[in-house]
Amino acid sequence: MIHEDVVCPFCGCLCDDIAVTTEDNMITDVKNGCAISKSKFMNHHLNLLESALVDNMKVSLDEAVGRAVEILTNADNPLIYGLSSTECEAQRHAIHLAELLGATIDQTASVCHGPTILGTQDAGCVKCTLGEVKNRADLIIYWGCNPAEAHIRHFRRYSVFPEGLFRKSKKEREVVVVDVRNTASARIATTFLQIAPGTDFETISLMRAYLKGKGDALPDEFKNLVERMKRCEFGIMFFGLGLTMSRGKHLNVDAALRLVRDLNEYTKFSITPMRGHYNVAGAGSTMAWITGYPFAVNFSMGYPVSNPGEFSAVDVLARKECDAALIIASDPVANFPAESWKHLADIPTIVMDPKVSLTSRIAKVSIPVATAGIEAEGTAYRMDGIPLRLKKVVDTTRLSDAAVLSRMIEKVRA
Amino acid sequence: MIIKNGTVYDPANNINGEKVDIFIEKGKIVDESELRDKKEIEASGLVVLPGGVEIHTHIAGSKVNIARIMRPEDHRKDVVRKTPYQRSGTGYTVPTTFTIGYRYAEMGYTTVWEAAAPPLGARHSHEELLDIPIVDKGIFTLMGSNYFVLKYTEEGEFEKLKNFVAWLLHATKGYAVKIVNPGGVESWKWGKNVSSLDDTVQNFNVTPREILKNLARAADELHLPHSIHVHCNNLGSPGNYAITRETIEMLSPYRRHITHIQFNSYAGEDWGTFTSGGSDIAATLNKSKNVTCDVGQVIFGDATTMTADGPWQHTLFKLSGNKWANSDVEMETGAGIVPYRFKKKNVVNAIQWSIGLEVLLLTEDPYKVFLTTDHPNAGPFYHYPQVMELLMSRKKREEMLETVHPLVKERSVLPSIEREYSLSDLAVVTRAGTARALGMTAKGHLGVGADADISIYRFDEEQIQKSFQKAAYTIKDGVIVVKDGTVVADHMGKTYVLDVKADLSEEERQIFSKYYTVQVSNYPVEEAYLPQKEVVTCR
Repeated sequence: MIHEDVVCPFCGCLCDDIAVTTEDNMITDVKNGCAISKSKFMNHHLNLLESALVDNMKVSLDEAVGRAVEILTNADNPLIYGLSSTECEAQRHAIHLAELLGATIDQTASVCHGPTILGTQDAGCVKCTLGEVKNRADLIIYWGCNPAEAHIRHFRRYSVFPEGLFRKSKKEREVVVVDVRNTASARIATTFLQIAPGTDFETISLMRAYLKGKGDALPDEFKNLVERMKRCEFGIMFFGLGLTMSRGKHLNVDAALRLVRDLNEYTKFSITPMRGHYNVAGAGSTMAWITGYPFAVNFSMGYPVSNPGEFSAVDVLARKECDAALIIASDPVANFPAESWKHLADIPTIVMDPKVSLTSRIAKVSIPVATAGIEAEGTAYRMDGIPLRLKKVVDTTRLSDAAVLSRMIEKVRA
Repeated sequence: MIIKNGTVYDPANNINGEKVDIFIEKGKIVDESELRDKKEIEASGLVVLPGGVEIHTHIAGSKVNIARIMRPEDHRKDVVRKTPYQRSGTGYTVPTTFTIGYRYAEMGYTTVWEAAAPPLGARHSHEELLDIPIVDKGIFTLMGSNYFVLKYTEEGEFEKLKNFVAWLLHATKGYAVKIVNPGGVESWKWGKNVSSLDDTVQNFNVTPREILKNLARAADELHLPHSIHVHCNNLGSPGNYAITRETIEMLSPYRRHITHIQFNSYAGEDWGTFTSGGSDIAATLNKSKNVTCDVGQVIFGDATTMTADGPWQHTLFKLSGNKWANSDVEMETGAGIVPYRFKKKNVVNAIQWSIGLEVLLLTEDPYKVFLTTDHPNAGPFYHYPQVMELLMSRKKREEMLETVHPLVKERSVLPSIEREYSLSDLAVVTRAGTARALGMTAKGHLGVGADADISIYRFDEEQIQKSFQKAAYTIKDGVIVVKDGTVVADHMGKTYVLDVKADLSEEERQIFSKYYTVQVSNYPVEEAYLPQKEVVTCR
């Protein structure tokens, strides 16, 4: 059986044209997807968490959920973290659970595009959907990101190569890559501009000053870039962790947001973050509509309070403030700083994941779940905020994240 | 359930302050003979109205949520604790979803319409509606700069356009055709705008006049329950009352609803000579048929402006210097968001405030003009009771006029208006009139067969605002959801959709796959987002 137009649950591109072939409830072929997508679908059944575990002993799902709820309700200050690689329904339940527990809840943006959110809170953000880029952009800038290796189909589907309403091919577009090193993406560019690490903020700020007639110190190649930005008909800047996670963080993003904003005095210019996990945009969205804040939220007062740095997971863990943790669809032990993840090993940690991960290895309770977008339906938001329906292409006896969380909520309320 | 001895105002059934008992069974208002559940609400001395019907608000979807994300400073000063019946949340001008449902219900409102859903983001709008409790709800679908609408208008292919409108309503699970700055939103995608009904849209040989006429005709021929819902061109600009008047007149004889008309009733040539065009607009409404409007009344204080009118939001960003978000959507529409503060001592703001009241008071037929604040553009919806008081009391208006910029007395006719709304008038502009304009036959009245959506108030003539701020009871689907202004039940309302059906042609599918970035099969909103729906027949 061939499932057409399946949404790929891997990166923020959220490609929705994947053709997945299944035989006897096994995925046997994947078409249209990039290499990563293919691998995600074809290997989704490998390295699975085979059973619910408590203290590394096999238990029933009910027992594991019961133990998890016991840990969470007995904790003074539990932490819920993850969310970006699961569907919105699960995220909504996770937020509800956090509210009931008076917990802290954070999502992976806090170690990724959190600074983009902070920048937006300061300066606003002039953005557009990816189809606008495809249809109209004649100047495309990738700053501090490497889509050729991280968002593999971005060039082909959304920006450089596709035929759009008003741009028929790559020939009608200029592509600029700005980065601290010559990346695979730079090879696609018509212009590659290399900058020294840690100079994004000053470069962008000088560009903005030059735009306002004051940036004499700006190198000529960037003066030239600003002139082209002013002259283009429809410009777009995509940016990645090169801006958000280098020195300056949200100040870098803030500068870029203001530069793009001010370019709209001259022409049409937009800016869009290259979001990583396929539903990290959804995690920010669900948290915002339920709590008002997209990440780093604490419910201990009985209402949501947000303060990145205070309630962001890395910080809560590093300060050893939480006494239990529920990790959903994420692997913080693999990517958090040691002082943070070590605390996860010291407290009762519960993991909900389809697969064995470094975090599941240190967890007190492991709950195997269905893989969203392959074994479970749901909603996910693309990097530009477009919501799409994830599909279920194979059956599983395992419950979805949403179903497990909903059981936890029932037990907490009981 | 019986609501006993209440003083009932049900203008749609010509009941004007009479003692009438109301009988409720299985969520509907029934004849006494059908009553089984004899539970009583003793309502002597209380005023009984149909549940409020909100015709235009921004409560769900991408632009609302961008505003929430962008404004942490807004939420901090207004927090909502969880209770056994209530999820927690935050306000202030862009409240969270649960809080929106509760605050409408606390005020006695039971039906609310999200007035602007981008089709490509409709799934998002519906997902947020799932987290808005108590009230019935639905969305209007943005069409005024849609590629296919522009294409078929340019080609003179009306039947194709009509079919597309039907398909888009079906695909987005929308209820009405929303038009924002027709043509201008497309032009904004190149940083341009349109400024008259006969300007040409960038890259399309069409004018706002043609777009409006075509969509108005399509909405009428499809027998949609609500007319086209129009945010006119030139919103916010001095002198724009002229284009508003022209839009109302040239669309005759089609049905049309002009939304937040206050923002489009400005006379004067520039900000220096800014003056009210409210009385002129009211005169136009008085002499026109098949037209309704809502006002978008200014509330002094904080607001968050958000609209598909991208070019206007860029102007407002430049005027205010506040942070600005813009969000253009491929093939369809766009949006802009700018925080704003309406100040009593700012002459333009003060005149804006007077205009909404002028239009509400000078339009003779209350079935033509409705109370809104275009939440949260002119202020948060839960300040409606402030406006109700000003409508019902000339004395309160005079007191207020003493506190605002003195030039209002010269540039607005508000000080000379004597009219005071009756409770019946008020019930029309917040209930009976909006329900009728929306084609919702079971809402806005208390006759047999109506939905048992009812609000009951402790009405005190000396404290009108306080009377309407918190309902003594709000009853939704026959369930007491609010008592003494507090939510007392966990209840979910329905999402309203239409029974329109249409298919895309092969040519349309090809255009779609070429120029959208999602597959056409993944575009329509799935039934999963409508666990409780009410399907309305178009006839």
